[in-house]
Amino acid sequence: MIDVRGLTFQYPSGPSFSFPDFSCASKEHVLVLGQSGKGKTTLLHLLAGMLRPTAGNILIQNTDITKLSNRELDKFRGREIGIIFQTAHFVDSINVIDNLMLSPFLSGKKTPLEDAMAVLERLSVAHKAKEKPASLSVGEQQRCAIARAVFHKPSLILADEPTSALDDKNADQVIDMLEEQAQQTGATLIIVTHDKRLKDRFQKQITL
Amino acid sequence: MRLLKISWSNIKHKPLNTLLSIVLLAFGIGIISMMLLLKAQISEKFDRNIKDIDFVLAAKGSPLQSMLANIYHVDVPTGNIKVSEAKRIIKNPMVAEAIPLAYGDNYEKYRIVGTNEKYPNHYGCTLAEGNLFAAPFEVTIGSSVARETGLKLGSTFTSVHGYDNAAEDTDAHHHQLFTVVGIFARSNSVIDNLILTPVETTWMVHEHPEETATGDSTSVDSTHVEPEREMTAYLIKKRNKGAFGMLSKQTEDTTMQLANVAVENSRLMNNFGLGLSTITAIAVVIMVISFISIFISLFNSMRERRYELALMRTMGGTRATLFALIIQEGLLLVSIGYAVGLLLSRTGLLVLSKFMEESFHYGLDNLAITTQELALLGLTLFVGLLASVIPAWQALKIDISKTLTNA
Repeated sequence: MIDVRGLTFQYPSGPSFSFPDFSCASKEHVLVLGQSGKGKTTLLHLLAGMLRPTAGNILIQNTDITKLSNRELDKFRGREIGIIFQTAHFVDSINVIDNLMLSPFLSGKKTPLEDAMAVLERLSVAHKAKEKPASLSVGEQQRCAIARAVFHKPSLILADEPTSALDDKNADQVIDMLEEQAQQTGATLIIVTHDKRLKDRFQKQITL
Repeated sequence: MRLLKISWSNIKHKPLNTLLSIVLLAFGIGIISMMLLLKAQISEKFDRNIKDIDFVLAAKGSPLQSMLANIYHVDVPTGNIKVSEAKRIIKNPMVAEAIPLAYGDNYEKYRIVGTNEKYPNHYGCTLAEGNLFAAPFEVTIGSSVARETGLKLGSTFTSVHGYDNAAEDTDAHHHQLFTVVGIFARSNSVIDNLILTPVETTWMVHEHPEETATGDSTSVDSTHVEPEREMTAYLIKKRNKGAFGMLSKQTEDTTMQLANVAVENSRLMNNFGLGLSTITAIAVVIMVISFISIFISLFNSMRERRYELALMRTMGGTRATLFALIIQEGLLLVSIGYAVGLLLSRTGLLVLSKFMEESFHYGLDNLAITTQELALLGLTLFVGLLASVIPAWQALKIDISKTLTNA
């Protein structure tokens, strides 16, 4: 359901990358490995439609996102893709549950509040729902960020270096959480990392 | 979840920035709106009190003072004039009507004015209770006087010499008793703040005991009194154009002068208007500063929130959504500032009105929103829009990939 063909990207007066062709099936979990500077984040941003490729095609659920208009791309991203960034960030002025509900509001993909609460519950941060993100610990923030990326049931979940700042125990826990949530929602999971600890946990791996 | 809720949360999230913008704007709006209200109400009130009075015949002095004293009752009169001299002028066929005023006493700072029925009739006053004064020492009081002093029908009081001094100086007390025989309904004119009595009362209060025997004080019509009598002023309505020059000429060799109300009033309003314009100009400067402050505050908050805005894009927010969000924050800020400003101007006006009521017996009461203030709202929203367009434009151009990578 995800198919990448002939993908290249050239930063204006910067490095250029060409990525290997690959495809992933629905519900498949994939690890993208690579050293710094190999274009891991660039690939993730291309898959998320946050960057436009110089050449090539990206098919997600039979939609070639490189062909979408800006507005269609924004809406598609909101509906079909959940992104977990290296550091968790929120809209600071509103509480955790409102941050989550921002996603269905912005993308127009109707998702009930109960779904958001259920995911927060599964990730044991439901008691923080009414608090401002800044008052949470880093660990809690990351759980909330994961909840935000998955609760509206996207077909693709992208995670950028989710474990780089964590110790072994916590890194394992986060990956467990990600896999569990992806399984629950039936989404494809792509994790981009240089963290070699994750190597043994994924059967499908792409190295840049 | 509404976009408005996010805007509102963002505004609340930076209370100090928000407060600064709102306070500045509210002051600018408040002062301007107060000036608009003041100007409208004072000129309306002045017009109502002038009401077809063309000239004031009074003792020589400042014609402006003569108008302020005898029409608005906010200044002391220029002196007294002799009835015998005044007669020559008020009998002139060019004079349509002459209202006599003789005063020099007050009760609790409310002037006791000797006159005849023409004075209340001129302002269309009707009686709320009782009758119009008929005999000396009978008074009919204005509605504000009744409200503030508690005088009722049948109440009696003694007067104090002077125009608006307090009653502390007991030597200035007169001993004759005045009796309230009537109370006027509110007319929104100067009569509301006056105590009216026959002209004879004033003469009897002030004449020396030995003169009392010879004084003929039965007639209410001031034009039929004896020649040695004095009057403070006559309010004159002219019959035809050009009357001022002719009548003025007649006062040349006397102690009297004729003040042209239209001329004096426009001079007064010009001076007053100049003061208002200066204050308004200051308010405009404050408003400009407030818009700059709103611009800077929105611009900074947009820069600080670049990551948040980029994040919202990854969650399905379009460029248009972000643009609308920032514009909305700007409009929300100026709307709050405008509302607070109107509240300020009303509060300010009430305080000012209380002060004016106390010192001049001159109240301002109309607090409705004027059409000029609606125009001010339009202007405020428009400038608010201008101040938020540039930050909103910046939000539109955010490179989400770069912003989220560097965060």
